[in-house]
Amino acid sequence: MLYAILCYHDEDLVGSWTQEQDAAVMQKLAVVQDKLTRQGRLGPVARLLPTTAATTLRKENPPVVLDGPFAETKEQLLGFYIVDCRNLDEALDVARDLGAANPGGAYEIRPVGLLNPGGLKP
Amino acid sequence: MTDVAWIDAALTSARPQAVGALLRYFRDLDIAEEAFQNACLRALKSWPQNGPPRDPAGWLIMVGRNAAIDDIRRGRKQEPLPEDDAISDLDDTEEALAERLDGSHYRDDILRLLFICCHPELPATQQIALALRIVSGLTVKQIARAFLVSDAAMEQRITRAKARVADAEVPFEAPGAAERAGRLSAVAAMIYLIFNEGYSASGDTADIRNPLCEEAIRLARLLLRLFQNEPEIMGLMALLLLQHARAAARFDADGGLILLEDQDRNLWNQTLIAEGLALIDKAMRHRRSGPYQIQAAIAALHARAAKPGDTDWKQIDLLYGALEVMQPSPVVTLNRAVAVSKVRGSEAALEMIEPLGERLSNYFHFFGVRGAFLMQLGRHDEARVAFDRAIALANTTAEAAHIRMHLDRLMREGRPQGARADKSPAN
Repeated sequence: MLYAILCYHDEDLVGSWTQEQDAAVMQKLAVVQDKLTRQGRLGPVARLLPTTAATTLRKENPPVVLDGPFAETKEQLLGFYIVDCRNLDEALDVARDLGAANPGGAYEIRPVGLLNPGGLKP
Repeated sequence: MTDVAWIDAALTSARPQAVGALLRYFRDLDIAEEAFQNACLRALKSWPQNGPPRDPAGWLIMVGRNAAIDDIRRGRKQEPLPEDDAISDLDDTEEALAERLDGSHYRDDILRLLFICCHPELPATQQIALALRIVSGLTVKQIARAFLVSDAAMEQRITRAKARVADAEVPFEAPGAAERAGRLSAVAAMIYLIFNEGYSASGDTADIRNPLCEEAIRLARLLLRLFQNEPEIMGLMALLLLQHARAAARFDADGGLILLEDQDRNLWNQTLIAEGLALIDKAMRHRRSGPYQIQAAIAALHARAAKPGDTDWKQIDLLYGALEVMQPSPVVTLNRAVAVSKVRGSEAALEMIEPLGERLSNYFHFFGVRGAFLMQLGRHDEARVAFDRAIALANTTAEAAHIRMHLDRLMREGRPQGARADKSPAN
C-alpha cells in the first residue's frame, strides 16, 4: 500500500526561519528520507513554493481562475499531480483538461521548489 | 530546532500582526511596542514550560494588551514582571476570543503599521529605519550595521522618525477602497526602498547589507499574502525575488561588480527565480500592468536566458518603452538605450540618450553607458572623456574600478571592440 504524507505548517512561521534554521530542518528530514530511500520505500518528495505563488482553478463551467491557494474547507484534498510546464498558462491548460474530465471542486496550481523523484521499488 | 530558536521565529512572524493590533488599541507606537516587548518576555518564560500556544499572535496580543492596561492603570511604565507566570493559565477560549477580536482587522492593522512608517513627511532613510525597527523588529544595532552608521546615529534617526509620526494624524478607522489602494502603493514603494538599500551595496559591504534585501522580501510576502489579488504587489514581489536571485553572482572575490552578462548563471538561485516567474505569470493574467510588473517582466527575461546571447532584447526594449510611458524618467530611457543598442546598434542608442545629458549631468551611469556606446563606435577620445566623468561621479569604489577597467582596455586596445554597453543601473 502506498501512503501519501501531506505536509502542513504555518507558512509565516516557516518563512521566519533563518537560512541556517531552514537548512538544519532540511538536513534532519534528509536523514529520515535517506533511510526510506535505502529501503526502496520512498517515492517523490516535493517542497512547494509559498502559497503567494499559488493560483486556483475552480472547476465550474466555464472554469474560473482565482489568485491564491485553495482556501475552502468544504472540499478535501483527494490527490495531486506533478506536471512539467513552461509557465502558469500551460499549467492552467493542463488543469482545465483534467477539470473537463472530472468536473466539480478545484485545482490549486502551485510551483514546486524542490523535487526528489525518489526510487520506489516495485 | 531548539525551543529558543522556535520561539524566536514564532515571535518574529507574529510581530507585525501583534504590534499592528496593539497599535490599534493604544494608538501610540511606543505603548504598542512596549506591550509587545512585555508579551515576548512572558512568552519566553511561559512557552518553554507550557508549550507554544496554538495562535502565537493572538496570545501575544492578549497578553500584551493586558500588561499595557495594567501598566497604564498603575500609572507606572516600569513594572517588574510578576514572579509567577500569572498569565500561564490563558486557555483556548481566551485565545479564540483574541482571534475573533483581531481577525477582521488583521489586514488593515498590518497595512496601517507599514503605512505609518512611510509617512510622506519622513525622509526615505527614516521611513526605512522605522519600518525595520517597528515592523520587522530588527534591533537598532542591526539596522545601524546595515546602514553602516553608528548605533547612536541610528537611535537618533529612529527617535526622530517616531516623534514625527506621533505628531502626524494617522487615521485609525478601517480605510476605504481608494485610501487602501493609496496606502498599498506607498507601502510598496517603501519596501522597494528597503530592498534597494541592500541591493545597491558594493562588494565589500554586500554581506552586511544583504539582510535588507531579505527583510524587504519578507515584508513583500507579508503584504502579498494580505492582498492576494493585487497584480502590482505580485509584480513587486517577483521583481525583488528575481533581482535577489542573482545575489551570489554579482560580485567577484575582490568585491568588484560583475555585470549581468558576465555573471556565472549557475550561481543564480533557481528557487527564487521559479517563484518570481510564477508570480509575474500570475500578475500578467490580470491585464492591469504597472511599473513593478514591467520591471519584473524585464528581470524575468534576463532570468529565463540560459546564456547572455539568449536574452530577448527586443522584448526588453518594448517593456522599457511601456515603462517610459507609465513612469517617464531619464533613467528609464537610459536603461532602454542599453536594450536599443543590442537591437538596433550603438549609434541609435547614443542618439537616444543625447537629450538626457542635461538632466543626468551628475549621474554616474549616464556617463558609464555613454562611454561604452562611444567606445563601441570607435570614438575613443570622446569615450575617455565620458569615462573620466563617470569615475568622478562614482558612488562606490566598485563602480569606479569597473569604469577604470574600460579605460584600461581603451588604452591597451585602441580598437573599437571589447566594450559593452552596461545594463544600468542594476547588474
